[in-house]
Amino acid sequence: MSIPAIELNNVGRKFVSPQGKVTLALRDFSLNVKEGEFCAIVGPTGCGKSTTLGMITGLNPPSSGSVKVFGKPVTGIDPKIGFVFQADAVFPWKSVLDNVASGPIFRGLDPSAARDKAADWVRRVGLAGFEHHYPHQLSGGMRKRVALAQTFINEPAILLMDEPFSALDVQTRAMMQEELLGLWSERKASVVFVTHDIDEAITLADRVVVLTRGPGSVKSVYDIPLPRPRATEARYTPEFIELSRQIWADLKAEVSI
Amino acid sequence: MTPALPSTEERLALRRAQNYRRLVIGLRTGLAVVAIAAWEITVRIGWLDPFFFSQPSAIYQQLVTWLTEGTGQGPLWSELLVTMEETALGFLIGSVLGIVFGIALGRNKLAADVFSIYIKVANAIPRVVLGSIFIIMFGLGMGSKVALAVVMVFFVVFGNAFQGVREADRNMIANAYILGASARQVTTSVVLPSALSWILASLHVSFGFALVGAVVGEFLGARHGIGLLISTAQGTFNAAGVFAAMIVLAIVALGAEYLLTAVENKLLKWKPPQFVEMGM
Repeated sequence: MSIPAIELNNVGRKFVSPQGKVTLALRDFSLNVKEGEFCAIVGPTGCGKSTTLGMITGLNPPSSGSVKVFGKPVTGIDPKIGFVFQADAVFPWKSVLDNVASGPIFRGLDPSAARDKAADWVRRVGLAGFEHHYPHQLSGGMRKRVALAQTFINEPAILLMDEPFSALDVQTRAMMQEELLGLWSERKASVVFVTHDIDEAITLADRVVVLTRGPGSVKSVYDIPLPRPRATEARYTPEFIELSRQIWADLKAEVSI
Repeated sequence: MTPALPSTEERLALRRAQNYRRLVIGLRTGLAVVAIAAWEITVRIGWLDPFFFSQPSAIYQQLVTWLTEGTGQGPLWSELLVTMEETALGFLIGSVLGIVFGIALGRNKLAADVFSIYIKVANAIPRVVLGSIFIIMFGLGMGSKVALAVVMVFFVVFGNAFQGVREADRNMIANAYILGASARQVTTSVVLPSALSWILASLHVSFGFALVGAVVGEFLGARHGIGLLISTAQGTFNAAGVFAAMIVLAIVALGAEYLLTAVENKLLKWKPPQFVEMGM
C-alpha cells in the first residue's frame, strides 16, 4: 500500500495560556488520509477540529504524537499544502488578479507570468471581468471564489479547508460546494475539510470523521459511497438521508449536555 | 438596460444633496464673517482692549506690511521657508524613523517587550523641554529645530505603526505564509499595507506636531523663522504680529493637511468608500 498523504498518529495538542493554565484541545487523535481522498471532519464546537489543520500545516506543532505528510514528519510550512480559511483572508488592498497571483509571486515566479497564470484561474472560478475589482467590491461568495483561486493556483497536493463556506448563505454555499468539487476533481488533491454542517460533509467527502467533544478524539468514521460526480441533488437520495441521520445521532450524543 | 437618464427620484436626490452642500458652505462663510465682524466691532466700540486682543483690521495691516516691506528679520517668504524647511525635515525624518521602528518592534515580540518600557518613559517626558538641550547641542541654527520636530513626530508615528502592525489580521498573515511568503515578504506585502491606514492617520496629527516642534525651537533661540517672528512680536507687545504669524502658520498647516489627504486617498483607494446617509 502506498504512503498516506496525511498521517496523524496519537496526536495530542495542549494550549498554555499566559497565566500558565493548560487546556487540552486534542488527545490520542489518529487520522490517515490517502492520496486523492476527500476527508471531512465534523464535531462539536471547540473539539479541536481547526487545531488538526494547524498541525498539518506546521503552523502549530503537536504537543505529542507525530504528524507526517507524504511519509515525512512536518517541520515547517510545506509548499505542497493549500489552506482555505473560514474568515476572509484575501488581501483587501490587492485587486482580484493580484490576490490570485500572490502565491506564485511569493514563490518566486516572474510577476507578469504569475499574472497570466492568475488570469486563467480567475476565469476558471467564474470571475472573468472582475480581475481589477477590489475584494470589498465583491460579494461574500465571490470573495470565496478568489480565495479558492488563490489556493488552487499553487496546485496543492494537500488541501486543508477550515469551515470555508460557513459564512455564506445556503444557496451560495451549495454553489460553492459544486464549484469546489469541480476544481478538486481535476487534480484530486488530498483534502481535509472541517465543517459544522453534516450535509456539507456528506455532499463533499469520501469519508466523514466524527470527533468527540473536546479534548477531541475520533468517535466514528463513515465511508460515503455516493457516486461521483456528485451534484447538490444527491442530498435528496435515501442513502444520503440515512447517512445524515446516523452521523447526526453520533454527533448529538456529543453536543447534548 | 436603458442608459443613464436619471429618474425623477434620482434627480431629486441629487438636487437635495447639492442644496445641502450649498447650505453648509453658506453657513460656514456666514459664521466666519459674523465672528470676524463681532471681533472688529467689539474692539472699535471699546468692549475689548486692542492692546491685548488686537483687531482683524490691524492683523490684516500687519500681514500687508510683512508682505510688502518684509519683517524685521527679512522678507516674510524667506522666514516662512526656514520654518517650513525645519518642519518638513523633522516630519520626514521623524515619520521614517517612527515607521521603521514601529514595524520592527511590532514584528518582534521580544524586542517589543524589552523596549516598550523605555519608550513609555521617553514618551512621558514633556518633549518640548528637550528643545533647550537641542539648542545647547546643535546651536541656534536649523539642526536644533529639526531635532525637536523629529522627537515630536517620532512617538506619534511609532505608536501608530506599532499598533497597526499588531492589528494586522492573523488569518491574513497565516494565509500569506501558506501561499509561500517568506517572513520578509509577509512584512512588506501584508503587514505594511495593513498598518498603512494607521500610519497615514498618524501623519495628519504629526505634521502639526512637527510644526509645533519647529516653532517652539525658534522661540527658544533662533536667527530666523516664524517662531522668532512671534517671540519678537511678543517682546514688543505687538498682539497683531502674534495673530498674523498664527494665521501664516495656520495656512501652511491647512495646505499640508490637504496634501496629506490627497496622498492618503491615493494610497488607500482599495478601501470601501464611506456611504453618505441622507437624513430624511
